[in-house]
Amino acid sequence: MSNATDMQGQNERIKLTAARTGVYIFMVLVAILCLFPFYLLIINASRSNAELQAGFTMIPSSNFLTNLKTAWNDTSLIAIPKGLLNSFVIAASCCLLCTYFSALTAYGIHVYDFKGKKIAFNFIMVVMMIPTQVSAVGFIQLVSKVGLMNTYWPLIIPSIASPAVFFYMKQNIESTMPLEIIEAARVDGANEFFTFNAIALPMLKPALAVQMIFAFVQSWNNFFTPALIISKKDKSTVPIMLALLRSEMNSRNGDLGEIYMFILLSIVPVVLVYIALSKFIIKGVTMGGVKG
Amino acid sequence: MSNNKRKSISYAKWGYIFIAPFFIVFIFCSLIPLVSTFYNSFFENYRDGLTQVGPNFVGLENYKKLFTPDNSGNIQVIDYTVNTMIMWVMGAIPQLVVALLLAIFFTANRLNIKGQAFFKTVIYMPNLIMASAFSMLFFTLFSNVGPINQIISSMTGEVYDFFGKTVSVRSLVAFVNFLMWFGNTTILLMAGIMGIDQSLFEAASIDGATSTQVLFKITLPLLMPIIVYVAITALIGGLQMFDVPQILTAGHGNPNRTSMTLVMYLNNYISTSKNFGMGGAISAIMFVITGALSFVVYKSLVTDDSPKKKVKKSKGAELL
Repeated sequence: MSNATDMQGQNERIKLTAARTGVYIFMVLVAILCLFPFYLLIINASRSNAELQAGFTMIPSSNFLTNLKTAWNDTSLIAIPKGLLNSFVIAASCCLLCTYFSALTAYGIHVYDFKGKKIAFNFIMVVMMIPTQVSAVGFIQLVSKVGLMNTYWPLIIPSIASPAVFFYMKQNIESTMPLEIIEAARVDGANEFFTFNAIALPMLKPALAVQMIFAFVQSWNNFFTPALIISKKDKSTVPIMLALLRSEMNSRNGDLGEIYMFILLSIVPVVLVYIALSKFIIKGVTMGGVKG
Repeated sequence: MSNNKRKSISYAKWGYIFIAPFFIVFIFCSLIPLVSTFYNSFFENYRDGLTQVGPNFVGLENYKKLFTPDNSGNIQVIDYTVNTMIMWVMGAIPQLVVALLLAIFFTANRLNIKGQAFFKTVIYMPNLIMASAFSMLFFTLFSNVGPINQIISSMTGEVYDFFGKTVSVRSLVAFVNFLMWFGNTTILLMAGIMGIDQSLFEAASIDGATSTQVLFKITLPLLMPIIVYVAITALIGGLQMFDVPQILTAGHGNPNRTSMTLVMYLNNYISTSKNFGMGGAISAIMFVITGALSFVVYKSLVTDDSPKKKVKKSKGAELL
């Protein structure tokens, strides 16, 4: 009898080990699928044009720094250092404005009682799903009417009204901020703005950090609207430059090593931030994505 | 706070002040442009070479034109919507399947999979990579002189023209989208599974349910609302597909416009021909479709609790 249960237990264990092995193999395959394109990118960015033309290899070559220098200094088609700077200025501004004002709005709706508060909240929830593209025609007309084409204002200012970030902040405030603390600040005679900036904001630090990363990345990667607003070369952001590079590649064959380096440079900032803060980011996805 | 009415009334103005920037910016940057986009759709307004035509009121003429077959008998807006949907489905199905499998494996206590944190980090990364850079990379890798074709030609002696064939361009677009989004979906579905009442799993295991039974009788039915939510939000995102096909095909939707999406079509009207009337009409149609889909999402979120609990209870009762 005990022998039979032993056998059964052993069978069960073998089955479990087999299942586990299968899952690990699947995970390794999926991970390779995710990493391989980037591995190829790094390898190819280290090879000279002649080496790239000659054939495929998975071993890095010695031309990384040469390619980096060429890509960095070549301004004949795109000026990547300028592009990185432009993209950074826009993304950094967006990330600060977006998180600050989303928190401010969420705080305003959570803490104060005023007429139309429910309507304001429901309004934001309803407009959350409207894609930016559907209002692009009107937006472009408005921007050119007020003479802001080829400036960064139309790319930065709209981030003040980010419904999705507002929603995230609202949920976070609800679960982390007791109204008693705000009451206490009032008793101490603090001004309402001061209360928000000095007491509420520090309590929201983790949520702010997560959303700052997302806001930065979203702006950094944004292509549709900037491509419609910016037409001057020296104002271009990285995605616009990549698009230009792509359309040029139809007609002429440039230095392939340099092109791989351009691509690498355009994703490096985000990848570095991600490697440093990935734990944070993945938690943020889980918290923000599924309601309650 | 409620017994101190005077105080809360005097603070009300701060509520308005705090939410004012959001609403002012929203009205100017989104609402007015949205309304004016719809308004534009009733006007003839475009650039023909150097001459500006319009704006002249034409009623529903732009919508009519949008649905009129062109010289070769195709209704472009429908073709491009179909393209968008085909490429979306090609990416979304493997995305959901792989994400669901991974989420189930990771949350199975019996399997006790190690290294999850690292793995999640790896699969989420593509989501943050610039879609334009991703597409540019795939273009260089799969182009006729790229490494993939070097491998193919060394084996077969011939180059496979990935960007000259409908199937391969659509597959590449779908594959990039899949790679960018399946990690995100996995994390959302995992959160969903972990939100399921653990006592149900315990009860099932006491009753001797097999893992397949648990999967099909507990996990999947209870996860359904979240799967629906994920699928519809992905569909809304899919309708806006732009960056990947735009960069991969340099804006042409090659070959023969079979990878041209709805937003690429819109983009051509806005940036190339400055045809704000037609652009407005396409936007209005997109708005209606997205609105209908969002309504479904909103409904599923609002009524999330009640059916979920009902399912939970009935399934639990059945098992007990």
